[in-house]
Amino acid sequence: MSNIAPISVKHVSRLCSRAVPSSARLIKAPTYRAAACCATKQSRRDYVSPSDPNRADVNVDTTITADRNAFTAQTGALPENVKMPGLGMSGDAMMSPAAGILKQATIMDEGTRPIYLDMQATTPTDPRVLDAMLPFLTGLYGNPHSRTHAYGWETESAAEQARQHIADLIGANPKEIIFTSGATESNNMSIKGVARFFGRSGKKKHIITTQTEHKCVLDSCRHLQEDGFEVTYLPVQNNGVIDLKELEAAMRPDTALVSIMTVNNEIGVIQPMKEIGQLCRSKKVFFHTDGAQAVGKMPISVDEWNVDLMSISAHKIYGPKGIGACYVRRRPRVRLEPIISGGGQERGLRSGTLAPPLVVGFGEACRIAKEEMEYDSKRIRALSHRLLSGLLAMEHTSQNGDPERHYPGCVNVSFAYVEGESLLMALKDIALSSGSACTSASLEPSYVLRALGNSDESAHSSIRFGIGRFTTESEIDYVLKAVKERVSFLRELSPLWELVQEGVALDSIQWSQH
Amino acid sequence: MSMAALKGDTAFQARSLFRSLLRQSSQFAAYNFREYARRRARDAFREHRAEQEEGRVKELLQKGVKELQVMKRQTVVSQFFQLDRLVVEGGKSGKQTGERNDIIRQTTE
Repeated sequence: MSNIAPISVKHVSRLCSRAVPSSARLIKAPTYRAAACCATKQSRRDYVSPSDPNRADVNVDTTITADRNAFTAQTGALPENVKMPGLGMSGDAMMSPAAGILKQATIMDEGTRPIYLDMQATTPTDPRVLDAMLPFLTGLYGNPHSRTHAYGWETESAAEQARQHIADLIGANPKEIIFTSGATESNNMSIKGVARFFGRSGKKKHIITTQTEHKCVLDSCRHLQEDGFEVTYLPVQNNGVIDLKELEAAMRPDTALVSIMTVNNEIGVIQPMKEIGQLCRSKKVFFHTDGAQAVGKMPISVDEWNVDLMSISAHKIYGPKGIGACYVRRRPRVRLEPIISGGGQERGLRSGTLAPPLVVGFGEACRIAKEEMEYDSKRIRALSHRLLSGLLAMEHTSQNGDPERHYPGCVNVSFAYVEGESLLMALKDIALSSGSACTSASLEPSYVLRALGNSDESAHSSIRFGIGRFTTESEIDYVLKAVKERVSFLRELSPLWELVQEGVALDSIQWSQH
Repeated sequence: MSMAALKGDTAFQARSLFRSLLRQSSQFAAYNFREYARRRARDAFREHRAEQEEGRVKELLQKGVKELQVMKRQTVVSQFFQLDRLVVEGGKSGKQTGERNDIIRQTTE
């Protein structure tokens, strides 16, 4: 009985409000209110005639479906596959907040960001480096070449201090450090600069490099070949180290420059720098080395090694991207033809305004690298040993490059009977690479591994693991577990693996041609 | 007596600095930096545990204070630009997907 009353009152009131014109409603209202009061307390007041509830109610689900259909019809893509520019949210999260965000929330719960194990490509910026850079990105914005005011003086002194830190790290004089945009520019500047300077007289027209160099060195040399220089690409032994006798045999009276990298970026092999330096000095040939992967990770002394030119990169030692340096020896003086001409900054070898934030960040990264070298290398060696022994414990795996003359932070392992690219795809939760970042877009096997004499299959099935300052033990354990699982999964799929398990030698098979 | 008091004082300072460093390190939003900061602070204090020379101790303490200041600024920066968690980290559930189970989610926010 009690619940009939409100409904009836509601009904009556609805009829009233419909029947009575608006002018009369004011007069009628008190009586209605009195009736409502005595009947119930929670009844709604309806002065306006309500429309059909079916038309007024918004059905959320159907609206979302309609929206999604309209979106798909207009853009031709499913909303969940579309990423909103600027926000980084998926299309369906934008359209139906509940569904999309719930999905995101569950993802957040587990964490989806891959583990970073590609320290040869680049390293995370150290918070201490960023802390040193921030004042120069905000308040201290002077041009370091401005000699007329305090803004210039303060950034100049900071840049000079950074130069000092870099020089200390490699045992050089700060005047011998030339800031560039990165190791690629340093390599280009050194190789092309020396070759062009000494090639002008037409006497020295020969350059020696190795087959395992970084692409930018090889490409600079190829460029010089077009200009009439002769280039010898030295082969390396199976362990990735060059043969000193071959180097000596390749040297000619007209050799201008030898360019050999200190630590290889793909296999981590350390070349015998001291011996090469002595050889070059005795033959009066300039010696350039690409030290991007070595500086800050191992003790370096340019005087002890007799290095004349060295390329350094900041972002490989936890510094900012976009800056590097070139060490250019002053005594005996190395003369180069600058690639970039202009205001004559940096001894006229590299004109252009310095970027104080980057320079300061680079300097701080070098200072930290020098201070922490012992601690970091001890730790990286331990982690590397853990990873390498775990990986080599799996069957049909092998390490690429010399196990002794080897920088421990770069572990390159071949997994036989697994396609490297598919393993990388399977290991989506780990950021890895099969070779250098420059060539990671192509599916070609790494030319470095080919130069070691590895077969195409072996080069295709290799993966590089880079360990750095911020890598943790649990990450290594996660990687080991993941790699073990996925490799055995991929091998189970492979018909070749089945044959191997049956004891068939793959070389003995005659594959039919199609 | 004054020497002993001084020594007790520096020991107290060192312990308090160590605690602040650890507390601050847990504020890094990024997993790798958080772990590194904690590990580095621990190892540095362990390495110099037996340091006796007064000047050296003072120098090290000063260095620690400087690192603490850097960390205070950088943890704030890191919290402004948070990214999704890594696959090895414990997520909201505090669940960790690695073998070990030693990472505990910070609930300071």
